[in-house]
Amino acid sequence: MTVRALLGATALCSAAAIASAETLTIATVNNGDMIRMQGLDDDFTEKTGIELEWVTLEENVLRQRVTTDISTNGGAFDIMTIGMYETPIWGANGWLVPLDDLSDEYDADDILPAMAGGLSHDGTLYAAPFYGESSMIMYRTDLMEKAGLEMPDAPTWEFIREAAAAMTDRDADINGICLRGKAGWGEGGAFITAMGNSFGAQWFDMDWNATFDGEAWANTLNFFKGMMDESGPAGYATNGFNENLSLFQQGKCGMWIDATVAASFVTNAAESEVADSVGFALAPDNGLGKRSNWLWAWALAIPAGSQKQDAAKQFIEWATSKDYIELVAENEGWANVPPGARTSLYENPNYMEVPFAQMTLDSILSADPLNSTVNESPYVGVQFAAIPEFAGIATEVSQEFSAAYAGQQTVEEALEKAQAITNDAMEAAGYR
Amino acid sequence: MATQHSRSAARIMMAPAVTLLLGWMLVPLIATLYLSFRDYRPMRGGDLGFAGLENYTRFISSSSFWPSILTTLIIVGGVLAITIIFGVLLALLLDRPMWGQGIVRILVIAPFFVMPTVSALVWKNMFMDPTNGLLAHLWRFFGADPVVWMSEQSLLSIIIIVSWQWLPFATLILLTAIQSLDGEQLEASEMDGAPTLARFWYIILPHLSRAITIVLLIQTIFLLSIFAEIFVTTGGAFGTKTLTYLIFQRISESQAVGLGSAGGVYAIILANIVAIFLMRIVGKNLD
Repeated sequence: MTVRALLGATALCSAAAIASAETLTIATVNNGDMIRMQGLDDDFTEKTGIELEWVTLEENVLRQRVTTDISTNGGAFDIMTIGMYETPIWGANGWLVPLDDLSDEYDADDILPAMAGGLSHDGTLYAAPFYGESSMIMYRTDLMEKAGLEMPDAPTWEFIREAAAAMTDRDADINGICLRGKAGWGEGGAFITAMGNSFGAQWFDMDWNATFDGEAWANTLNFFKGMMDESGPAGYATNGFNENLSLFQQGKCGMWIDATVAASFVTNAAESEVADSVGFALAPDNGLGKRSNWLWAWALAIPAGSQKQDAAKQFIEWATSKDYIELVAENEGWANVPPGARTSLYENPNYMEVPFAQMTLDSILSADPLNSTVNESPYVGVQFAAIPEFAGIATEVSQEFSAAYAGQQTVEEALEKAQAITNDAMEAAGYR
Repeated sequence: MATQHSRSAARIMMAPAVTLLLGWMLVPLIATLYLSFRDYRPMRGGDLGFAGLENYTRFISSSSFWPSILTTLIIVGGVLAITIIFGVLLALLLDRPMWGQGIVRILVIAPFFVMPTVSALVWKNMFMDPTNGLLAHLWRFFGADPVVWMSEQSLLSIIIIVSWQWLPFATLILLTAIQSLDGEQLEASEMDGAPTLARFWYIILPHLSRAITIVLLIQTIFLLSIFAEIFVTTGGAFGTKTLTYLIFQRISESQAVGLGSAGGVYAIILANIVAIFLMRIVGKNLD
């Protein structure tokens, strides 16, 4: 009887164990670092017994899915990958679980202040940065040398335009510069906003009026279009991050100004034909005191509606910890660890040997979301304004800009429309 | 003859299906109507109260509204013209006896089985990409500058992609109609010495008019709500924002659900106007 009872009890226990094994559903973006994390998630399951289910989506689709899910309290995800734009807004709406009680071992104070600031609302952290980024210049050292030029560490836009023209060789299919012209607030919209900051442009004045009728925006757009028409790739009005990454890796760009995380992709010999000849520099300025680099973090957050908040916190601690960075370094090398999130990474001599480490840190430190424009502005954010209406407005405005890049309308027409679109939307939202 | 009793029994048995179908249509319709009168903005805390007709006036007075209607009509008109003209030609061709006829027919209708998102991505990245696309290589081979399809010829690109998908449908319907044509009539006209073009114009085309009407009606209804192809190619940029896309942008990107719902009601009205117009003009062919 005892043996039978023991067997029965064992079976019952194992059934209970299976029933209680939790599964977390995680929505994430399909970029290299996140895919790498999925390959290493056995480490987390072994440590905690918690299973993981991934929903991996392209950036724009991810944004729509998680926004719809959280605003309708859909409850489809236990953890969401979100950015610096969403976090403070959603945190203020009470849609996210505060992350102010993470363990001592996790060392939340080690998170770079710029990242922690951008992922907080009223001083409370609502999302933990998986990686942080700014933008910088990535350029071909061999083409620069061939053009007889030398890239300064902190160049001006004028120098970049001249260098781009000097490097361009249309017959050899080499474009002097590749930049984002694709419509979408997180694509071309982000780039032109950050570029506008260095030209003295901004989205809104202190009364929330649009400022596209000012000289600064006209200068920004005319400079961008002029330079890209001279030295950019065909169809640049439809190129975003992925298109430019591919062009650069194929050796078709002399320079590329984009996310600092791209540095590991363009210097990876398995993916890039030009891995051996890539240099880095700070994003350009215009002598007005602001550079044209942005600040962003892909971060993990827990929707307030999740039923598995404790398990979700355990996962976030694992994925954004110092141990995880060590785990990636061990498996994939230091160049492939998620950058830009922790101070300690930039104190690690192994990591500082990576060619783009210092420039990434310098770029991140030079972006200030609280003070991003030359003149005073009422919003927080470098390449966006952290208000709920921004994504919709900026997508439409960037569509008008893209149409101007493609020659479907003039820069003046695009700016006129942008002014009307923005003011209409701000009026509808009750700002004006 | 059905008795009173059997009629009641039939009604009771059909009731669940009818209720379900009514609910299926009515619930979204009523929800759209209700939301179109509310200031519903999830990002601002949800339902902010009654908005009266403000959503309707704001949607229609937006600078994007009339261009989006025009874009919708151009795309629908363009696709209809291409699919019907080429559909008739392909149907005539496929009606001829030829070697490997079965395989050719399957190949011709194959695009209809490809998902819209997949076909749009294939066209965008493999054919129309200005650097690596097949068409760009072809243009370069002949010494011409590649066309930047998605930005410089955006509307034409979308019309081509959508036409490629809908051409098999038109071909199939028209081929069935041609096959039902009485061969003796054609033979008689041939013996009377009627030229090919005249035979096509006076015999084949009138015979096809009913099938063309069906293609026109069905395709129009589906094409008015075209979305996926625009979403994955231009994202509504370069003058390709249709009414459906504008509604999506208002609801999903701007998170203005009330405003988007008012747009939804306008879309229903537009679809009905077009349907009534078509029924009046071409529907008589169906009598």
